[in-house]
Amino acid sequence: MSTAALTLRAAPSNSFAHTLRIFITEARFEFIRLLRTRAFSLAVIGFPVIFYLFFGLIMNRGEHIGSMLVAKYMLATYAVFGMVGAALFGIGGGLASELSTGWLELKRASPMPPFAYLVAKCCSAAAFGLIIISIITMLGITVAHVSITLPEYARMMALTVVGTIPFACLGIVIALLVPFNAAPGVINIIYLPMSFCGGLWMPITMLPHWLQKFALLLPTYHLSQLVLATFRYPTAGSAISHWLGLLGFTLVMLGVAAIAYRRLEQNS
Amino acid sequence: MSAVLDPIQAIPFTAGAAAVASLCHITKRYANGVLALDDLSLKLHHGEIVALLGPNGAGKSTAVKLLMGLSAPTSGAVRIFDADPRQAATRLRTGVMLQLGKAPEMLRVREHLNIFRGYYPDPMPYADLVRAAGLEGIESRMFGQLSGGQKQRTLFAIALAGDPDLVFLDEPTVGLDIEARRAMWAEIRSLAARGKTVLLTTHYLEEADALAHRIIVINKGRVICEGTPAEVKSLGAATAGASTSRTLKIIRCVTDLPQSTLLAIPGVTTAEVKADLTCISSTQPERTLRELLALDPSLHSLEVQSPALEDAFLALTSN
Repeated sequence: MSTAALTLRAAPSNSFAHTLRIFITEARFEFIRLLRTRAFSLAVIGFPVIFYLFFGLIMNRGEHIGSMLVAKYMLATYAVFGMVGAALFGIGGGLASELSTGWLELKRASPMPPFAYLVAKCCSAAAFGLIIISIITMLGITVAHVSITLPEYARMMALTVVGTIPFACLGIVIALLVPFNAAPGVINIIYLPMSFCGGLWMPITMLPHWLQKFALLLPTYHLSQLVLATFRYPTAGSAISHWLGLLGFTLVMLGVAAIAYRRLEQNS
Repeated sequence: MSAVLDPIQAIPFTAGAAAVASLCHITKRYANGVLALDDLSLKLHHGEIVALLGPNGAGKSTAVKLLMGLSAPTSGAVRIFDADPRQAATRLRTGVMLQLGKAPEMLRVREHLNIFRGYYPDPMPYADLVRAAGLEGIESRMFGQLSGGQKQRTLFAIALAGDPDLVFLDEPTVGLDIEARRAMWAEIRSLAARGKTVLLTTHYLEEADALAHRIIVINKGRVICEGTPAEVKSLGAATAGASTSRTLKIIRCVTDLPQSTLLAIPGVTTAEVKADLTCISSTQPERTLRELLALDPSLHSLEVQSPALEDAFLALTSN
């Protein structure tokens, strides 16, 4: 038996199909796992829906911001609010937990392509974002008679999916820098003010001028302005400026994450 | 599954056997200045079960992490199948079992297994994997609903999912009942019998004694002892002060003989009495026994044993 030739197995051809299947499986089960974790899924979906119900449909009934129905304006902002929550808690919270329990180490010791892990988490957050959007859109249409066209709905969904990336990066930074026990608290401290100051709960024009200036730093502001723009709402700043704002934020987050990761590696 | 422990078939290793994995003059210093590994070298061969022993903080986890590709050495070379374990492609032939705080609880056992099987191009067939880890009947349960032992067995299955040639097991039988422990030992032995290599870290020295072809003892970042379990026990006894190490046996009995008399018996190297139980170590056990039994006819509760690996280990790592 020990005289069996020490032949190395033929190097397996890592076909594209095989790798793609890994990515799909990873994403699928990350989403299923989060969906099954009721504490997560009910909160992440429930809060934005309830907030929209109260602030967009029950209060401010029939009122307008500019020429747009409040319910439709809030549809855009709460879509972003929902996705950001899913990204920060799902990706940030999930990574923090898996880092602390050693599960991430097991994955890293396996032949799983590391990118598959990150992409899976992003896709799951995006999926939750899409679920939230669909629920609040249905509520908006049925309760407040919001008129939204199919292209507007599709663009909102597409923006939400792409918009997951900067918040995924923020989630990763939080997970790498903050000890696991503190993570949920820190995520909340960042999530809620960032949403409010980005104009997700109240229109940005209602906030004091200095806060409106500060919002230029916030990805929540830029993303919500982009979604409002697809609803043909006259927004401040060009689309390019908002995309650049998101890109800048993402790059800064990636830089911080890279440094934090290197520091973690050197200390373990 | 036999109730009696199968003796290890010592597989003779030819001197030139290529190493499946090796750490070569590894120094690992952390960013905070701590020197975890100090010019450490070790080799793993085809078809071997190697147990890595050492007190906490000795550098075992660091050494194993280097082999798993989770970190890089400060200096020295890590090779697995003559490649760098930091490349994902090299890890297509390895499987890992770690001590985890938690694993994703809202995934079913079979989902966990299939996710990991999917990483490998040639995974172990699902039915074989379930049988190897003893997971029949619980495949549809959520991981969070499993008992401690069932969770361990699932993690063991994850390590075997890719039918790997090199398996790292960190405390694999913690929390398992006797039957499950014996079953896992049998499975580990069959891995080695099929030519695979197993690197085992354990605090449970009976496990190292029962399973390992070779034991490597690490302390303070260096290898302090390496050999078969029998060799390590002898070396440990030698370190503990026995004059020769060849056929050292421990004799336990209840006797009234005073210590001075015991020490005068031929072959006796140490003798101590603790709470009525006399413990004698002897390099000529048969001669010592004849003398002992002749001196004290009322002697009872006689036991003759090989030195424990635990004592050898403590002796080796006490400096």
